Amino acid sequence: MRDLLITNARLLDPASGLDTMGGLLVRGGLIADQGPILAGPEGAEVVDAGGHVLAPGLIDLRATLGEPGHEHRETIESAAEAAAAGGITTLCALPDSEPALDDPAPLQFILRRGEMTGSLSILPYGAATRGCAGKEMTEFGLLREAGAIAFTDGTHAIADARTMRLALSYARAFGTFIVQHPEEPSLARNASATEGEMATRMGLPSAPAAAEAMMVARDIALARLTRGHVHFAHVSTGAALDLIRAAKAEGLRVTCDTAPPYFDLNETAIGDFRTYAKLSPPLRREEDRLAVIEALRDGTIDAVASDHQPRDADDKRVPFAQAEAGGAGLATLLGVTLARYHGGDLTLLRALELLTAAPAKLLGLEAGRLAPGAPADLVLFSPDRGWKVEAGKLPGKAQNSPFDGRALEGKVIGTWKAGRRVFG
Amino acid sequence: MPLYPHRHLLALEGLEPPYIAELLDLAESYALLNRGGKTQRDVLRGLTLINLFFEDSTRTRTSFELAGKRLGADVINMSVSTSSVNKGETLLDTASTLNAMKTDLLVVRHAQSGAPALLSQKVEAAVINAGDGTHEHPTQALLDALTIRRRKGTLENLTVAICGDVLHSRVARSNIHLLLAMNCRVRVVGPPTLIPAEVEALGVEVFHDMRAGIKDADVVMMLRLQKERMQGGLVPSAREFFRFYGLDAAKLKLAKPDAIVMHPGPMNRGVEIDSAVADDPTRSVIGEQVEMGVAVRMAVLDILSKSTRRNS
Repeated sequence: MRDLLITNARLLDPASGLDTMGGLLVRGGLIADQGPILAGPEGAEVVDAGGHVLAPGLIDLRATLGEPGHEHRETIESAAEAAAAGGITTLCALPDSEPALDDPAPLQFILRRGEMTGSLSILPYGAATRGCAGKEMTEFGLLREAGAIAFTDGTHAIADARTMRLALSYARAFGTFIVQHPEEPSLARNASATEGEMATRMGLPSAPAAAEAMMVARDIALARLTRGHVHFAHVSTGAALDLIRAAKAEGLRVTCDTAPPYFDLNETAIGDFRTYAKLSPPLRREEDRLAVIEALRDGTIDAVASDHQPRDADDKRVPFAQAEAGGAGLATLLGVTLARYHGGDLTLLRALELLTAAPAKLLGLEAGRLAPGAPADLVLFSPDRGWKVEAGKLPGKAQNSPFDGRALEGKVIGTWKAGRRVFG
Repeated sequence: MPLYPHRHLLALEGLEPPYIAELLDLAESYALLNRGGKTQRDVLRGLTLINLFFEDSTRTRTSFELAGKRLGADVINMSVSTSSVNKGETLLDTASTLNAMKTDLLVVRHAQSGAPALLSQKVEAAVINAGDGTHEHPTQALLDALTIRRRKGTLENLTVAICGDVLHSRVARSNIHLLLAMNCRVRVVGPPTLIPAEVEALGVEVFHDMRAGIKDADVVMMLRLQKERMQGGLVPSAREFFRFYGLDAAKLKLAKPDAIVMHPGPMNRGVEIDSAVADDPTRSVIGEQVEMGVAVRMAVLDILSKSTRRNS
């Protein structure tokens, strides 16, 4: 493989705080050097970055893949295509597929399928309980050896307090953590919107926003009890974020992420029964959206994940309450996160940190930084170039974007995986 | 003279008062014609009306059927049981079937909120929402308003108490939107477990004490309490509900002396309403509601067929 020299780039590396014009040299799939390099070694392929931003490839902390079990919605190949177009080079896949990733064999299958794409590392979560059914713990040790990045029941809350206690305790033995979908299921049963005026007007079954804070409060108590590490996924309410902020101040091992819909949209997006905006957790009111932005600013939220969930037309072209929840999020992860930079809420470095260095730190990955020796997973993008999200024209198979019709600033120009160009 | 501007009638939320008045005025004239035994068989002549009911409802379907036939439409009833929907035919498959049949007017009843709105995006016919989930039931609220207007002479400044299971009631939601648009004062009355969250934001006053809620009301509108609500634990028992939220003669005394009693039917006698009140000809207008139902549906079909012709 020839050396690659990317010149005339604005190098942005949130891990080190680097923000400078320069070049980056790739050798053998790894970053060999970076800085104000002007000439590369003999025979190197030279790419002029045109002054655009060169940053570590994005690490998506949370995505559902259609494969295995729902290939009509999305295959790993089509997810990889969407990821590359979105600048994502590492993706953590949820385990509540069919079959669930509760055994080393299906987990290794996913890892291998990721390698086969050549453009995307897929890091599978192990199921926290068998079949993600919330009852018996899985073999954390064996699954960890097989490559499980951490443990979760995916889109299902681990509802039983004793099971969660055991999982948080047992995970400590293997230096790993539990990812919780924070929603009290007995309050959220059959709900398809957040309780309040909007759901009342539309006549939709709804759950109170407090269902999230209740589960967060319980699991913080369990983290205190077990000294385990709990990570809350797609946190969407101010009340839950206040609890997490306090738990962090107390020194508990509590982390969390959110997803672009929760800082870019509020519940009014479901007006006219728009099923593409039906998500889990459901979109919240405006105060909660603003609280999520504040938590991105002050560090209460550790990372931003796509929370990608592929759905096909039949899942969504049904009455609202019957529609499947979930939105496609790979192609829009960068653009919607950058909207908070353009809106003045986040610096460009902080916005990128949430998508690169922060998830890398949480997962203990080598990727996610521009340091020599790190994998040459790179994204080149223009922070200002505009484009419009159009469901039906997005890369990959899943088209169910809750951002359909939204104009974004921030477009990926090129993506490299281990030094090989995979997009642009 | 306002001309109803929409292709469909999906909801009353947001419908401007002049268009509500237009529908009520036309319905009133149909009510008079119906009483005189006159029919208008040429209004919808040559048009096809399909009653598409995904949920059983004998009275609403019959009312639309009669309205369509009185105006000369070809009326077809399609009952789609939920089981056949579960067999895989989606709502949108049904829509393409209906398009192939060249339907002009489509009356839809569905257990899911927003289902008629979804259908309306895919069918060429004018869609009339005949009740969707817990969202809206526009023709019911129109017939209620017409009944009130005939009895009270006006809708302005009346106090209307809507009582019972407001949470699951599409009738309540449509009535709230219409009555507030027409300058009524609207109260909702029921136990907190059956009152929707933040319903005050719609502009109504909430009462959990029925006696206070119906005090000095001009209209007491009772809602049906479905048995499964008790199974769901929202109210502990029918007898407790009747004791505190059922309308009987003693509670009705607190309303204005000339207050009228309404119910969208079918009634659970002894649960939300006492038979003595329901059958009291001086207070109950439940029979008149059914009569006005046909007139209102004639007006809706008439106006939508004209708006379709204008726009095509």
